[in-house]
Amino acid sequence: MPPGGGGPMKDCEYSQISTHSSSPMESPHKKKKIAARRKWEVFPGRNKFFCNGRIMMARQTGVFYLTLVLILVTSGLFFAFDCPYLAVKITPAIPAVAGILFFFVMGTLLRTSFSDPGVLPRATPDEAADLERQIGNTEDIANGTSSGGYRPPPRTKEVIINGQTVKLKYCFTCKIFRPPRASHCSLCDNCVERFDHHCPWVGNCVGKRNYRFFYMFILSLSFLTVFIFAFVLTHVILRSQQTGFLNALKDSPASVLEAVVCFFSVWSIVGLSGFHTYLISSNQTTNEDIKGSWSNKRGKENYNPYSYGNIFTNCCVALCGPISPSLIDRRGYIQPDTPQPAAPSNGITMYGATQSQSDMAAATPLLQSEPSLTSDELHLSGKPGLGTPCASLTLGPPTPPASMPNLTEAALADVIPRKDEHMGHQFLTPDEAPSPPRLLAAGSPLAHSRTMHVLGLASQDSLHEDSVRGLVKLSSV
Amino acid sequence: MATEVHNLQELRRSASLATKVFIQRDYSDGTICQFQTKFPPELDSRIERQLFEETVKTLNGFYAEAEKIGGSSYLEGCLACATAYFIFLCMETHYEKVLKKISRYIQEQNEKIFAPRGLLLTDPVERGMRVIEISIYEDRCSSGSSSSGSSSGSGSSSGGGGGAGSR
Repeated sequence: MPPGGGGPMKDCEYSQISTHSSSPMESPHKKKKIAARRKWEVFPGRNKFFCNGRIMMARQTGVFYLTLVLILVTSGLFFAFDCPYLAVKITPAIPAVAGILFFFVMGTLLRTSFSDPGVLPRATPDEAADLERQIGNTEDIANGTSSGGYRPPPRTKEVIINGQTVKLKYCFTCKIFRPPRASHCSLCDNCVERFDHHCPWVGNCVGKRNYRFFYMFILSLSFLTVFIFAFVLTHVILRSQQTGFLNALKDSPASVLEAVVCFFSVWSIVGLSGFHTYLISSNQTTNEDIKGSWSNKRGKENYNPYSYGNIFTNCCVALCGPISPSLIDRRGYIQPDTPQPAAPSNGITMYGATQSQSDMAAATPLLQSEPSLTSDELHLSGKPGLGTPCASLTLGPPTPPASMPNLTEAALADVIPRKDEHMGHQFLTPDEAPSPPRLLAAGSPLAHSRTMHVLGLASQDSLHEDSVRGLVKLSSV
Repeated sequence: MATEVHNLQELRRSASLATKVFIQRDYSDGTICQFQTKFPPELDSRIERQLFEETVKTLNGFYAEAEKIGGSSYLEGCLACATAYFIFLCMETHYEKVLKKISRYIQEQNEKIFAPRGLLLTDPVERGMRVIEISIYEDRCSSGSSSSGSSSGSGSSSGGGGGAGSR
């Protein structure tokens, strides 16, 4: 049917179908080429990938750019304005040391931000079904009858580690029983091994694989901040001995800015370093410390089963122990016959499971187009809801109050990850958390509502992807 | 090597998958990677208990070696830190080396022991180190699990003469 008014048939107003776009109605040969995608492209978590899967970050990276800017600008100003004077007046070792510290800080920051924190891949459909069956069986046995109707109890397994009873919780999103010390980050929608916290300043979770980089980052940043602060003060003092204080400030206005930034950063960064040094030496995660999992207040027999007994070993293991490779294989190619982990929930999981099977997908474009509309709406409506609580929590005070320097960043950042999407189960009750309960109580209702969005979004995102493809297919028909 | 892999893939295609058994992690020693040595009932008729346990124990031993904390791992960690981790562009970590050993071991076990019995072990690393997935195949041909047709001396030799050439 030629579009546009009838008219002479001589102009065939057919528009040429573009053969460049990946439309699935092509020959099978071309389908195979299109189907060779890398695993990061269909990763179910809420992560951003760069450089073809080599770099992995959380979705919200705004604060990370702020961190970068702060460090780069302050250091840049230091090198440009203070170092020339100091190198001449005192010693050229000052810019040298500052340079080394700067590179170390940047290196560890980028390592922390870009690496996989220890994400646990989601269960394949077979595994999930097997687990569900097992849980179903045990629940039936426990209840005596099959539990229809009322909500089943939270799924936990107990295991005895080193004499302590540890509960392993079932993750409804990832469909696995979480290993000990693992936790599900609601911002990234992943279970992370040895989950410490989600740090918005580095734009990533801090977990087993990047904890040492995080620690070295904050440690070296403390040194750099103190270093810059000290030498900026030295610079101003030396200048004001020559030309008077006000003239000194006029001659190097950048020093004022640097001093201000460093002054406010020092409290939080140094405090945080101290806090994490304590955590490393006692082999705890931020998560465990704030919940008081292993504190004596819970009971005389409560101790940390993961600690190696002495501070030295704990430190060595945390900083120099073996690094396990990434389990999610971001850059691997999707094999057409292996099942991909299904997106969580409600009956539409089939589409998630057959993401890699483009031939099947071609057969179901109509079905796929239905959820696309709803998922689009949900996606759009969910997004601002997600953005604002995050922004309000993370961009809150960039310089936390001096009264609780060590814990505030951790607490601020920590409110965010603490989500178990199992609604009935509260990780965080004000009486359990020993420190800043106000912050946490304020945080949790926000976090709760965010979980709602996240849950909806998590399942919709992978559907969204499928349904977009479905739409593409429809439009090409 | 390629022909042996080819055989295992043939096995997957020629036999039909009956069910999968999952060996879960054993966390009683903490967070180190260990798998339960409990013998799953589904494998009762398929493989001897002792062979199975030996395989799992060997795997556990490999993982313990990978995660071992001692002089060499500290040295590697410090060296890596000193070179700002650039050294990992050139050489692979001890853990990765052991994972490669494990994958060769699993391949070997599959060819020698499991495939002839209609079973297939999946490397835990492909399942996020959560489970050891054992696929149980139903015998289509009369003799069972030997791979159909293709090549020469392969590891899955046993399987008996039977229906190997039935395709």
